[in-house]
Amino acid sequence: MQTDTPVISCRNAWKLFGPNPRRYLSQMPPGQTYNDIAADGYIAGVKDVSLDVGKGEMLVIMGLSGSGKSTLVRCFSRLHDITGGTIEIDGQDIMALSEKGLIELRRSKMGMVFQSFGLLPHRTVLENVAFPLEMRGQDSHQRRERAMEVIKLVGLDGREGYFPRELSGGQQQRVGIARSLVIEPDIWFLDEPFSALDPLIRREMQDEFLRLQGMLGKTIVFITHDFDEALRLADRIAIMKEGSIEQCDTPDQIVLNPQTPYVMKFTEDVEKALVVHASALAKPLNGEAVEGTPINGGMTIRQLARTLVNDPRENLPVADSSGTVTGVMSRKAALDLLMGPA
Amino acid sequence: MADVASPLPAPHERSERDVVLLAILVTALILTAAKPILPDFLVRLPAAWIPPFADWLDVFFEFIRGDMDAGRWGLIYVTRWFADGPLEFLLGVTANILEGRHRWPYFVDPLPWASVAAVTGVLGYYLGGWRMALLAGGTMIWTALMGQWNITMQTVSVLLVAAPLGFAIGLVTGIAAWKYRSFDNAIRPLLAIMQTLPFYTYLLPAVIFFKVGPTAGAIATTIYATPPMILMTTIGLRKVSPEVVEAGKMSGATRWQMLTKVFIPTARTEILVGVNQVIMLCLAMIVLTAFIGMPGLGATLLSSMNSFRLGRSLEIGITIVLLAIMLDQMSKAWVAKQPVHFERGTPWYIRHKHVVVALVLFSVFYVAAQFFDMLNDIGRRQSFSQAREIDALIKGFLALDVVKSITGTIRYVLNVWVLVPFRDALLWIPTSAFILFVVAFAYGVGGKRPALYALIFFSLVALSGWWDRSVITLYTVLAAVFLASLFGIPLGIVASRSERWANRILMLCDTAQTFPSFVYLLPAIMLFGITDTTVVLSVVIYTMVPLTRYTIEGLRNVPPEMSEAADMSGATRWQKLTSVQLPLAVPTMAVGFNQAIMFAFFMVIIAAFIGTQDLGQELQRTLAGTDLGKNFVLGICVSLMALTFDMAILSWANRRKKALGL
Repeated sequence: MQTDTPVISCRNAWKLFGPNPRRYLSQMPPGQTYNDIAADGYIAGVKDVSLDVGKGEMLVIMGLSGSGKSTLVRCFSRLHDITGGTIEIDGQDIMALSEKGLIELRRSKMGMVFQSFGLLPHRTVLENVAFPLEMRGQDSHQRRERAMEVIKLVGLDGREGYFPRELSGGQQQRVGIARSLVIEPDIWFLDEPFSALDPLIRREMQDEFLRLQGMLGKTIVFITHDFDEALRLADRIAIMKEGSIEQCDTPDQIVLNPQTPYVMKFTEDVEKALVVHASALAKPLNGEAVEGTPINGGMTIRQLARTLVNDPRENLPVADSSGTVTGVMSRKAALDLLMGPA
Repeated sequence: MADVASPLPAPHERSERDVVLLAILVTALILTAAKPILPDFLVRLPAAWIPPFADWLDVFFEFIRGDMDAGRWGLIYVTRWFADGPLEFLLGVTANILEGRHRWPYFVDPLPWASVAAVTGVLGYYLGGWRMALLAGGTMIWTALMGQWNITMQTVSVLLVAAPLGFAIGLVTGIAAWKYRSFDNAIRPLLAIMQTLPFYTYLLPAVIFFKVGPTAGAIATTIYATPPMILMTTIGLRKVSPEVVEAGKMSGATRWQMLTKVFIPTARTEILVGVNQVIMLCLAMIVLTAFIGMPGLGATLLSSMNSFRLGRSLEIGITIVLLAIMLDQMSKAWVAKQPVHFERGTPWYIRHKHVVVALVLFSVFYVAAQFFDMLNDIGRRQSFSQAREIDALIKGFLALDVVKSITGTIRYVLNVWVLVPFRDALLWIPTSAFILFVVAFAYGVGGKRPALYALIFFSLVALSGWWDRSVITLYTVLAAVFLASLFGIPLGIVASRSERWANRILMLCDTAQTFPSFVYLLPAIMLFGITDTTVVLSVVIYTMVPLTRYTIEGLRNVPPEMSEAADMSGATRWQKLTSVQLPLAVPTMAVGFNQAIMFAFFMVIIAAFIGTQDLGQELQRTLAGTDLGKNFVLGICVSLMALTFDMAILSWANRRKKALGL
C-alpha cells in the first residue's frame, strides 16, 4: 500500500492564530503547552505536527471539535498558511508557491469534500460538478462529458439538472464528492464528509466511499470526529488533541497499544476483536517451523472466532494475502482479545 | 460564562449613572427657570458668534466645482460631460421607447401601451403567477385608461436609467467596502448621514452639477437610492459560507473567478433585496424630483395639489401607489424565486415559454395598435378619467356642515391646545438648556457615547445659526410622532390579539411602506386643505405605519413559552399584556419608534411646500438659487438632529434586546 516517497510530507508544522503569530512563534521558548500559548493570547490550531502520507494511503485524522484536525487539513491544501515548519506535496514546498502555482496545484492535484457540502446554490448538479473544470478553462462540451462520467460514478445519473436545494443531504454530498473527483486529483481531502448526515445515510455513504476508493486508489486524508468511522476506513489513524498529534498508527495498533491516556479513553469502549487483524497479533517466525493450514492475516479476530474456538493448536500460523506464512499467533492471546482475559 | 451577566450593570454603576443624569437634568431645569436673568448668549447664540459655515462650504464647493466660463478646471467638467453625453443618451433612449419625446437619439417610435402592458403582465406571471400578472398588467391598463400613460412613462423612463445606475454603483462600492475594511469604516458614517439628509440636499447639487430636468433628476435619484444597495451587497458577501469559499478555492478559482462565480451568485438573495430597495427609493425620489422640474407623475401631482384639483390628484396618487406596489411585489418575487430544473429533453419553447409568450403578445399588440389607435395611445379626452366628478364629490363632502365642523374642531383643538403651546414652549427654552435636555435624553436612553454625540450635534445645530427653524422642525417631528403613537401603538396591540388581524394589518403596513412619501400628503390635504394642520397630519399618517408595524412584530415575537408561563401563573389578559408581553416587545417597538422619527424628519421637509416655518421652507428656497452652502448647512442640521435620536434609541434597543436575551 505504502511506497517510499511520501505524497504529503509535513515537518514541524505550526499554525497559530492571533495578532502576530510569526513573531510570537520565532520568539517562543521550547516546550510551551497549548495552555501556555493560549495565556499569551494565541490559539495553537496546529502544534508542531510532523506526518507523512504515502501514495495510495488513507490517513484518517480523528479528534474532537477544536482539536485542530480541520485546520491541519487546510494547511495541507494551503487554505491556511502555516506559521512555521514545512509542508511538501510531491516534494514541492507549498509555502513557496506563488498564487498562480497554488491555483495550478489545486486545479491538477487536489480535491476536497466539505462537511456542509459547500455547493454553489445557483448552479445545477452538473454545473457544480463541472465547476473545477470551468475554472481550468476547459470547453463546455468536454466539461459536460467528464462531469457526467463522475455523476454516474457517484450514482446521481438523471439528477444532473437538479439544483442543490432540490436534493437530500446524502445526495448533496454525492455532488460534493463528484466535484472533488472531477479533475482526477492525486490527493483527496475529505473534511468530515458524512458528519452532517443521519446515521443510516452515513453508513451507506461510507460503503459508497469504500467502493470508490477501491476503484480509484487515491491518496486520502480523511477527517472525522467519529472513532468508529476512523476504525472502519483508515489505513492509519492520527489522533489529535489541542493541535498536536497524540498518536499516529494503524487501527490495530491504536486499539492494542494506546500510547496516551487520551487515546486510551477512545479505545476503552471499542470491541477490539472487530478491529484487530490476525496479522497484528502475529509474532515473527524466528526460524521456527509451524505446521498445519495457516489462517488469513487479513481477517479480524472476530471473523476468526469459530476457528479459534475449534482449532486445538496452541500457536496458529498466519499468512498474508499471497498465502506466504509470515508469523505465528498465540491462540490464547487471540481468545483473550475475543472474550476478555480468563 | 462571566460575560453573559455583564450586560446588566452592577448596582453601583446604576447609581452613578442616575447621579449624572440628575445633574444634567437639574442644570437644564435651572437654566430654563432662570431664563429672565440668564446672559444672552445662553438663551440664543448671538449672531456674531455664528461661524459662516455656508460661506466656507460655498468656497469649498466653488473650488471642487470649477468654472466653465472662467476656464478653471473642476468637477463640473466631468459631471457636465456625463450629463450631456452618456446620461442624456440613456435617458433619451428610454424616453423615446416609452413615451416618444423625440429627443436625440430618436430612432424609434414610442411603443404602444398595449404591448408594454402585455410584456409587463407576462413578466409578472413569470415572477409570481397569475396574481402578479394581474397586478402588473392591471396597473398598466389602469394607467392607460386614466389617460396618464405619457406622464407615467416619463417617470418610468427615468427610473429605468436611475435604478440600474444605482444598482451598479451600489454593487461596486459594496464590493469595495467588503474587500477593504478601511474603506468600509470610512464610508459607514457617510452612509448614515446620507440616509438622514433631507431630499432637497440631493436635489440642489444635482441641479448645479447636472443641469435641470431629467438628468439632474436621474442623478439625485441614483445617489439617494444607492446607500442601501451598498449595505446589502456588503452584508450578502460577508454571509457567504466559508465552506463555499473554500470549495471555490480548492476548485482552483482565481480571485476574479471567486468574485464573479462564487461570491456574487451566492450572495444573490441579499443583493436582490438591495435591488428591491433601490427600485423603491428611486420611485420615491423620482416623484419628489418634481421640485426641480422633472416632468412626470410627481410634477403633475404637485401641480394638481397646488391648485387643489383633488380628483386628479387622487387618480395620480392611485397610479403612483399601484406602481409602487407592483414594483415592490415583483422585485420581492424575484428575490424569492429559486431556479427550478427542467426534465431532460424539454424542448426550447417550453424552457423559454415566458420569453416566447411575451414576444408573441408584444408583436400581436404592436401590429394591432397600427390599426386600432386606442391600443396605441389613449388621449386625455378619450380616457376614462373621472377627475372632475370626483373633485366635485370630495369638495361637496368637505363643504357639508357636519364635516366642516368636525375638521374645524380637530384643527382648532390641535392647533390651540396642542401644537401651538408645545411649539411656543420649545421655542421659549434657552438654547443651552435645550441642548442639555437632549443630552440628558441621550444619556438616559443610550448612554455615554450617544450623549456625547448629542452634545456635539446639537451644539453644531446651534452654531449653524438656524436654531429657531431647527426647533420648529423638531417640534413638528415630536408632535407628529407623539400623536401617531397615540393611535398607532394601540392599533398594533389590538391587532395582535388575533392572528388573522395581525397578518392583515401587517400586510397593510408593508404595502403602505412602499408608497412614495409624497402621496401621504394627499389624504391630509383632502381633509384639511392647505393648512399647517395638514403638515402635522400627513406626518402622523406616515409615521403611524412603522409604529403599528413594529408593535405587532414585537408582540408576535414574544416567545410563546413566556406567554404560556404567564397564563399558567393565572395572569389576566391585561396583566399578561402589561407585565409580560409589552416589556418583551418594547425593544422591537423602540426600533419602530426610531423609524417613525426618521420618517417624520423626511416627511416634514416634504410638507414644506404647503407652507411651514421650519428648515424645509428655507431648504426649498435654496432650490431657486445656487446657495449650495446654505442648502448643505440646512440639510446637515436636519441630519444631525435625526442622527442624535437614531443613535440614542437604537443603542438602547440593542442593549435591551441583549439583556432580555432576545
